[in-house]
Amino acid sequence: MKKKNNFSFAKYGYLFSLPFLIAFLIFSLYPTLYTALIGFTDLKGVGTVKWNFLSEDPFQNFKWVLTSPTFMTAFKNTTKLWICNFIPQLGLALLLAAWFTDRRFKIPGEGAFKVLFYMPNIITAATVAILFNALFNYPMGPVNDLLVRFGIMSEPYNFLVKKNIAQDIVIFIQTWMWYGYTMIILISGILGISPEIFEAAEVDGANGWQTFWLVTLPNIKTILLFTLVTSLIGGLNMFDIPKLFMLGGPDNATMTVSVFIYNLAFSGGYIYNRAAAASMIMFIIIVVLSSIMFYALRDRDEAKLRKIVKQQEKEQKKRLKEAGR
Amino acid sequence: MKKNQTIKKILIFILCVILAVLSIMPFVIMIVNSTRSTTEIQQHAVSLIPSGYFSSNLSILLGKSFNPAVGFVNSLLVSVGVTALATYFSTLTAYALVVYDWKLRNAFFSFIMAIMMIPAQITMIGFYQMVYKIHMTNHLSMLILPAIASPSMVFFMRQYMKPALSLEIVQSARIDGAREFFIFNRIALPIMKPAIATQAIFSFVSSWNNLFTPLILLTDQKKYTLPIMISLLRGDIYKTEYGAIYMGLTLTALPLIIVYLLLSKYIIAGVALGSVKG
Repeated sequence: MKKKNNFSFAKYGYLFSLPFLIAFLIFSLYPTLYTALIGFTDLKGVGTVKWNFLSEDPFQNFKWVLTSPTFMTAFKNTTKLWICNFIPQLGLALLLAAWFTDRRFKIPGEGAFKVLFYMPNIITAATVAILFNALFNYPMGPVNDLLVRFGIMSEPYNFLVKKNIAQDIVIFIQTWMWYGYTMIILISGILGISPEIFEAAEVDGANGWQTFWLVTLPNIKTILLFTLVTSLIGGLNMFDIPKLFMLGGPDNATMTVSVFIYNLAFSGGYIYNRAAAASMIMFIIIVVLSSIMFYALRDRDEAKLRKIVKQQEKEQKKRLKEAGR
Repeated sequence: MKKNQTIKKILIFILCVILAVLSIMPFVIMIVNSTRSTTEIQQHAVSLIPSGYFSSNLSILLGKSFNPAVGFVNSLLVSVGVTALATYFSTLTAYALVVYDWKLRNAFFSFIMAIMMIPAQITMIGFYQMVYKIHMTNHLSMLILPAIASPSMVFFMRQYMKPALSLEIVQSARIDGAREFFIFNRIALPIMKPAIATQAIFSFVSSWNNLFTPLILLTDQKKYTLPIMISLLRGDIYKTEYGAIYMGLTLTALPLIIVYLLLSKYIIAGVALGSVKG
């Protein structure tokens, strides 16, 4: 009787997940496969929809991308911009999160600080990029104005023509936009740790530093992994800021892979096949990197525990079977 | 020991104040400069005293094919559409995963976990070609409909629903003769309200700020969303009109800042919640 009941309801499980599945197939899976396919064709030119497979050398587009010096520059830039913004961002967020959750002292105005630190993240990235471009204007932008007025520099400096400085500013913008978000996530992770563990550490005479390294950090490993993976994927797809801050310049210094793909396919070139090949290369890199991260940071104890539980279940079943006989 | 603690506290407080100033300063400069003339800005780019050129900056800005009202309406249409579809269908999918016992349930959930990380930008060439082929490039619906499949939101909703929705309530509603779809709309949705509110805010904001997809799909000026409008400020027509550029930036950022400050309590709580559950 009970089984029959379950059966009649099971169809709603399929029915209710159908809209998701259909939308996924049309708007996500099909475009992904189609992008992969285009990578092997000769599709280019504005308004073109017809294409042929490359019969001579199917991997021609992929080879072109991998040997293109601009792609290599874009890839190096993307990696550099992500690493150089992620490390200070995570460091700052960890430090602030540790201070804001410290049970021994309370910083006045904590709530207001959280609100202000997170604010840049909510503002449209396009606005932020153009605002920073305006702030570093030469000869009379706000930054130059302040530096000259406070006597730090004797005359205005044209920051935006220097490759390194343009990259540093993009790194700064990314850090500035994201450390508040990371901080809030880490705080909620730390608050989720059972207070008894901290009490035990206190009883054992651990100082603040020891507590942080030996109690707090190991207990927020999962959340650190979450932050790392989402930031990595976001970072490898960085587009709005580099695109609008300096249009990828000066001299391709802030050109990221996403900007490279966009320029190739949509701004003037319409070289869809090579852009698709570049997209697929990025796709593979993202999948490989996030798998490595999950593997490296997976919870070894939990995996062991799961194994033991499984084994016990098996034995239990065996025993039941034998008892049944 | 106590003295050390106080010094540490003061140092941390000072650092926090510096970071807070860093967060606000660019926006203060932006807002004040939107009221100053280009000549004033060229003499001294930083000032804390607003000037009287608000309306003249506005008219220069609007005189050059910059139409924030159109962008605002389009962005609102897209963001509301995306938020409504994403929250409703994600909750429905989560409901299917939590309430019903079907054969492929666990496989489907693993599948959702696996596709959560696929970034939309990677598949953009194929997406554009598909939309171009069916002649839908300037239709806002192409920006809205994909929201029906939002894997990470389904994941969040499932994690929230599992402890929140008791199957006994569903059972008793069935005994009372309610149909499955009715139970979902009248019983499950209200229970999920807090989770929906949280996800709605983030779905709305990320859709509102999205530049990449609209930039590729929309070529008709009347269909431009706000971020595309903003990107026009980077163009040559505004090259030396600093007052107008700041004006345009302020028009697009100020509403967000105000809404954020009003809702900040919920937004911060929402970010925290999202991380624990997701």
